[in-house]
Amino acid sequence: MLEVQNLSMRFGGLLAVDQVSLDVQEHEIVSIIGPNGAGKTTVFNCMSGFYKPTGGKILFEGGEVQGKPDHKISRLGMVRTFQHVRLFSQMTVVENLLVAQHRHLNTNLIAGLLKTPDYRKREQKSLDRAAYWLERVGLLDLANREAGNLAYGQQRRLEIARCMVTEPKLLMLDEPAAGLNPAETKELNRLIVSLKEDYNVSVVLIEHDMSLVMDISDRINVINQGRPLACGTPDEIRQNDDVIKAYLGEA
Amino acid sequence: MQDLLYFSQQLINGLTIGSAYALIAIGYTMVYGIIGMINFAHGEIYMIGAYTALIAITGLATLGIAWLPVILIVALVCAMIVSSAMGWAVERVAYRPVRGRHRLIPLISAIGMSIFLQNYVHLAQGSRNIGFPALIEGSFQFGSEGAFAMSLSYMQITIFVTTLICMTALSLFISRSRTGRACRAVSQDLGMANLLGIDTNRIISATFVIGAALAAVAGLLLGMYYGSIDPLFGFIAGLKAFTAAVLGGIGSIPGAMLGGLILGVSESMTSGYLSGEYKDVVSFGLLILILLFKPTGLLGKPEVEKI
Amino acid sequence: MAAQNLKHALFCAVITLIISYPILGFNLEAEGINIILNGAETSTIVMVFLAAVVVFLFQLFRENIMATLKSIPTPLPQANKEPMAENKRARIESWVLTAIVVLALFWPFFVSRGSVDLATLVLIYIMLALGLNVVVGLAGLLDLGYVAFYAVGAYTFALLSEYFGISFWMSLPLGALLAALFGLVLGFPVLRLRGDYLAIVTLGFGEIIRILLNNWTSLTGGPNGIGGIPEPTLFGMEFGRRVKEEGNTSFHETFGIAYSGEDKVIFLYLISLVLAVFTALVIRRFMRMPVGRAWEALREDEIAARSLGLNRTAVKLTAFTIGAFFAGFAGTVFASKQGFISPESFVFLESAIILAIVVLGGMGSQLGVILAAIAVTILPELAREFSEYRMLIFGAAMVLMMVWRPQGLMPMRRIHIELKKQE
Repeated sequence: MLEVQNLSMRFGGLLAVDQVSLDVQEHEIVSIIGPNGAGKTTVFNCMSGFYKPTGGKILFEGGEVQGKPDHKISRLGMVRTFQHVRLFSQMTVVENLLVAQHRHLNTNLIAGLLKTPDYRKREQKSLDRAAYWLERVGLLDLANREAGNLAYGQQRRLEIARCMVTEPKLLMLDEPAAGLNPAETKELNRLIVSLKEDYNVSVVLIEHDMSLVMDISDRINVINQGRPLACGTPDEIRQNDDVIKAYLGEA
Repeated sequence: MQDLLYFSQQLINGLTIGSAYALIAIGYTMVYGIIGMINFAHGEIYMIGAYTALIAITGLATLGIAWLPVILIVALVCAMIVSSAMGWAVERVAYRPVRGRHRLIPLISAIGMSIFLQNYVHLAQGSRNIGFPALIEGSFQFGSEGAFAMSLSYMQITIFVTTLICMTALSLFISRSRTGRACRAVSQDLGMANLLGIDTNRIISATFVIGAALAAVAGLLLGMYYGSIDPLFGFIAGLKAFTAAVLGGIGSIPGAMLGGLILGVSESMTSGYLSGEYKDVVSFGLLILILLFKPTGLLGKPEVEKI
Repeated sequence: MAAQNLKHALFCAVITLIISYPILGFNLEAEGINIILNGAETSTIVMVFLAAVVVFLFQLFRENIMATLKSIPTPLPQANKEPMAENKRARIESWVLTAIVVLALFWPFFVSRGSVDLATLVLIYIMLALGLNVVVGLAGLLDLGYVAFYAVGAYTFALLSEYFGISFWMSLPLGALLAALFGLVLGFPVLRLRGDYLAIVTLGFGEIIRILLNNWTSLTGGPNGIGGIPEPTLFGMEFGRRVKEEGNTSFHETFGIAYSGEDKVIFLYLISLVLAVFTALVIRRFMRMPVGRAWEALREDEIAARSLGLNRTAVKLTAFTIGAFFAGFAGTVFASKQGFISPESFVFLESAIILAIVVLGGMGSQLGVILAAIAVTILPELAREFSEYRMLIFGAAMVLMMVWRPQGLMPMRRIHIELKKQE
């Protein structure tokens, strides 16, 4: 469903991403790994529309999306999380989820002022959906707390829930396990697999936690210094000499 | 021939005003380059420089000193000292405590400061505009055989030459001196410079002081050139200079010079060929267009949004 | 350490002298074609030196003073108290607001005409500040040219009534809509700019509008302005001594009461009150709607909001347009109240005053903004001798607020949406 072809991104003299290609099939978890500074997040930023790539194509369900405005890409069903959690920290947990459903709501100002039936119906529906996902990630009891007051692991889960209420087809997770303890990572592991299994969402994952990556990925792409290094199933990657060299060389 | 003379006259007028704008624009561009804020009160610093110069000139006249070089130098030095002190104090009182907060907070603080300084001078010196003696008189005349004679006044030459000297001195200072090097380091990466043991607070203060001193020079020059000043005259000039800074690429010193000249010329061409009333419309229009289509200006570096 | 402190304190004192003595200590005065320099009064000079001494002492004992200040409990009562329960607070707040409105309804019948006139002005400022609050406080967009939309509203009414004889009631929505249209057209290209650039662009736009009003003499009368703007009518009843418009009747004759100039002042006041309440209610409602949440989300984290499919331009544009709409409203009322308008009333300073109200009241907080509008308009009137210091104090207050209490005197309390427990 997603195909990235020869993606390049240049900042002035620096070629941060050089001819990277990857593809994601439906019902699949694909990981992007690589040393720090390899350009993984830049690939995400291009895919989600924050950067306009300087070369290459990004096809989502057959249509070109490179260079499209970010909100349009998100509305197509490609939604991401951030390396450093970005919640609306002064808003409550449930309000964070309502904002994410903005496009599903009746945003007509007059309808809102008059509280038309359609407006109420959609507002209620979005509250229900928010409640469902909060329960799903175990945050229902904290629904009316300010998001900024949640513990770190809870914020991570809220960010994923916030993506899910937009009903995405492809979820892009940028280091979701960073800063989590082993128990939380395990929980995250189960959550991601369940997103794929139960909600039919494809996942692109950037992650440094190798056990998580090896455990849940269907396929892995390795990037080093902006260039694609290897691509394959977890077993293939484990035995790839180039990958071992890149990682050991770095260490 | 007539047309050419008229055109050249507008060009000269524009370049004169433009180079004075450039002097003020330096203050905006250096401050923005280092701490990324618009020093909204900078126009008022320039206005205070002009007032101080006028006070010094009048004071010397009262004392009976009439030798022009002495008057000019004393007025210049007084204006630079007072404006620099003001620039230093403004940074200390209104900007340093809010540094690093949300972008709009320092800007609102700066607007408050601008209103405060305007009214400070207004209360002390009255709101009416007050005559500024034209100390440097006389001009070269060209093509006086026809109806239109182009004139290049000694005042205009003074403005040019002074600006050139200030700009050269500033460039040398930035590229050669220790403080100048530190300035460049701080503008590249404030946090890193701090870690490397540069006293960033001192460098930021120095930036404000330098900008204010150059604005004071412009205050004296433009005061004499226009022939009158009032407490509000810093506001528009400040906006113009800011436009010049943005036009040239904010953060870039040669950009400020270039932007000032372009702005000055386009203004004088509007006055010369269209109508003097609309020259402000042209410069604000120019500002809006630049920000919309090339917010990095002519010589500025592009910014990458950090995610 | 002590020696360094002393040096710093001395330096600050000298700087104080340098920045205040030349400007305050000498007065430039025009005498014929010459300018003469007079020394200021002795009291001023003494004050300047006193200020230097104060600065010196403050800097010298800065640490002690700061420590003492910290140890004093804050005078603000809410600071230490547990926040009230959400719904309880909301109920109290709406009771207080209702009480204020009821009081405001009957109050003008017992006070002087001048007070009612001033109160009308306060209400106009409340409308303006509530509108700007949407843009600055809720959406986080600094608009320094807000007064332009106020001018559009005022001039729309003035011109419509002058050229087409259109009444206040027709002009009210037209002026507001036209101002909103201006907001939309200007906002569309500029709202993608970063915060501080946006501020400067809106400032430039405000100035352009003012310069055009000043110079388009054939239409706007230039600096001379437009006069003879009619007052509102009540169902076709005029409030003047004699009926001006054909077909209208006069208020005092219809009800068989003696003519009184006060009627019309009170009537205008009541209209302003209704409009201000309307403004406040509508904006309050917006804050709980999806659009209000979107403003807030975009203000808090634009990148996250965009990643969730929020169209940044569209969301900001609604805030900008709504703000402009209410400014247009206020402008129409203002034109009607003054009966005469000129570009003088729409200078940058006016934008700055409205901004100061929003900032002092607490960005985003409606009650705070309303109280600040009352304070800012009435205080200078109460103490006349103090009124020439008004702008000086405004400027200083804006700086001090940003340094000490950027959230304003009455910080915004968010209206949360609660997720009810499902049984």
